[in-house]
Amino acid sequence: MNQATLVTDKTANDSVAITLQGSWTIGNTIPDPGQLAALANVNSITTVVFITAEDFAWDSRLLAWLMAAQRQLGSCLFDLSALPAEVGDLFRLANTVPASQVRTPERQTLKQKCLAGIARLGDEVLGLLAFIGDMFIALGRWLIGKSTARWSDILTFCYQCGPSALAIITLQSVLVGMILGYLGVVQLRQFGAEVYVSDLVGVGMVREMGALMTAVIMSGRTGAAYAAGLGTMQVNEEIDALTTLGIPPMDNLVLPRTLALLLTMPLLCLYSNILGMVGGGLVATSMDITWLLYLHQLRDAITITDIATGVFKGFVFALLIAMAGCRAGLECGRSSAAVGQATTRAVVTALIYLIIADAGLNILFFHLGV
Amino acid sequence: MNRDVAIDVRQLTLMYGSNLIQSDLNFQVRRGDVFVIMGGSGCGKSTLLKHMVGLYQPAAGEILFDGHSYFTASSAQQSAMRQRWGVTYQGGALFSDKTLAENVAMPLEEYTTLNRRDIADMVRYKLALVGLAGFEHFYPAQISGGMCKRAGLARAIALDPDILFFDEPSAGLDPLSARRLDDLILQLGHSTGATVVIVTHELASIFAIGSNGVFLDATTKTQLATGSPQHMLDHCEHARVKEFLTRGE
Repeated sequence: MNQATLVTDKTANDSVAITLQGSWTIGNTIPDPGQLAALANVNSITTVVFITAEDFAWDSRLLAWLMAAQRQLGSCLFDLSALPAEVGDLFRLANTVPASQVRTPERQTLKQKCLAGIARLGDEVLGLLAFIGDMFIALGRWLIGKSTARWSDILTFCYQCGPSALAIITLQSVLVGMILGYLGVVQLRQFGAEVYVSDLVGVGMVREMGALMTAVIMSGRTGAAYAAGLGTMQVNEEIDALTTLGIPPMDNLVLPRTLALLLTMPLLCLYSNILGMVGGGLVATSMDITWLLYLHQLRDAITITDIATGVFKGFVFALLIAMAGCRAGLECGRSSAAVGQATTRAVVTALIYLIIADAGLNILFFHLGV
Repeated sequence: MNRDVAIDVRQLTLMYGSNLIQSDLNFQVRRGDVFVIMGGSGCGKSTLLKHMVGLYQPAAGEILFDGHSYFTASSAQQSAMRQRWGVTYQGGALFSDKTLAENVAMPLEEYTTLNRRDIADMVRYKLALVGLAGFEHFYPAQISGGMCKRAGLARAIALDPDILFFDEPSAGLDPLSARRLDDLILQLGHSTGATVVIVTHELASIFAIGSNGVFLDATTKTQLATGSPQHMLDHCEHARVKEFLTRGE
């Protein structure tokens, strides 16, 4: 294959003849379009006549090169009559519709970016508050029996949130219990107080880890599923269809999902607490503490208040996960990529809400003395 | 108020965020019309339809149904207005976790006091009307795109609406299926006395079924012509309308 080259031959003061030689095809090296531009600029040329040598071959590569050269030359006229007719046709076709003058947004200064960021944060907070308001109105409608939310939907979602999640919650809880167990045994052994590992595991699970870790699992499992499900409905115009049927999405879609999570999460937390203590027990009994001693110590360590705080946290977390998931789904864009973004947004916001809420609740409980 | 006018659009401006879609729209849909909203791709036809059915609030102007605006109505009035509308969407917009029968039954369960058996009978009848008898227990994913559209139509006519809105009913269908769907829309419109508002850019449909219409332009962002498609073709001076209606030939 012959190397693509161009040979210039000045024919008159304002025009130049360019001979294209070799293969101007994909897979070949071709001269830089800037070469032509430099030539034209130096010699104030207004017309470029292209001619071909005998070994000339071409494909889209030549056309792309011609377009690039023309962009750089601006007002210069290209005479393609000596090239194969198809080249001229394709070149004209590509130039039929002038490039649209889409305004690229101006670059923002740092200050503008900061202000825009603050505005977005404000919008986010306002949107969140509006969503919470709508959710409570829908809940109110449901409580006075004026909602279209159906028990069959609620029960279906309950099954998805509860029994279907038991396996992963089991695994997670036993392992977290064991982690707490090892942590406790190693630290407490330094004071010869290994027996208090039950206190650490028990109180740790019941007040904190049971609810928090269950919530983390559920935000990845259920929150993401809510966002993806509602997002896909948005893409398929199902939510529009529901709205025009006069069925508010808040009542029919968000409420059953939220109620299902609210009903199942506290139960999952209790389940997680028990299994966490079993996990801790497995560690403790492998370190010369008998099950009897472990359980006895556990009974003294945990109060009803501890359990209640954990369950209450589960309740709050359920609300936050459902809210993050449903909101991301309902506000999803209209493309498949948007569904992916909605799912990510659901999980990330849920985790942020969880951490903030957990910290807030702990501060509150500390000051309330519970 | 003119009793013949089903929908009166006055000085309507449509925006999407800060993007102007269409402005200064003025037209009337007469009772019994098959009203075609036409125009090139991306000119805002579907957006106009979504404003008409109350999904988006107009930036300015009003859309009056028998003299009443949806957005200023009380929620009871809004619900009553919605019951008089049937809307179909581009892809059918069937609820994917429900069977065709459950989809069609939804508006009936929502707005009527019929018992289960009567609802099942109604559903069977409506599905038979659109040629889907026997598909009651199929899920939307198990049937073809054309069938989804017809099932969407069955759901839209579940409550015997006065006004039927169609968003690109024949888009994505082969010419024969598209033609059959057009015929079905016409037949249903005639026999139920419903007013039909239809968004389409299919020329065959426009001339076959349209008795009145509006032409939206993407460049000037407003309407260029109103009237029946044939009238537009014969009398409209505007080059873009003529070009569109003759496929530029």
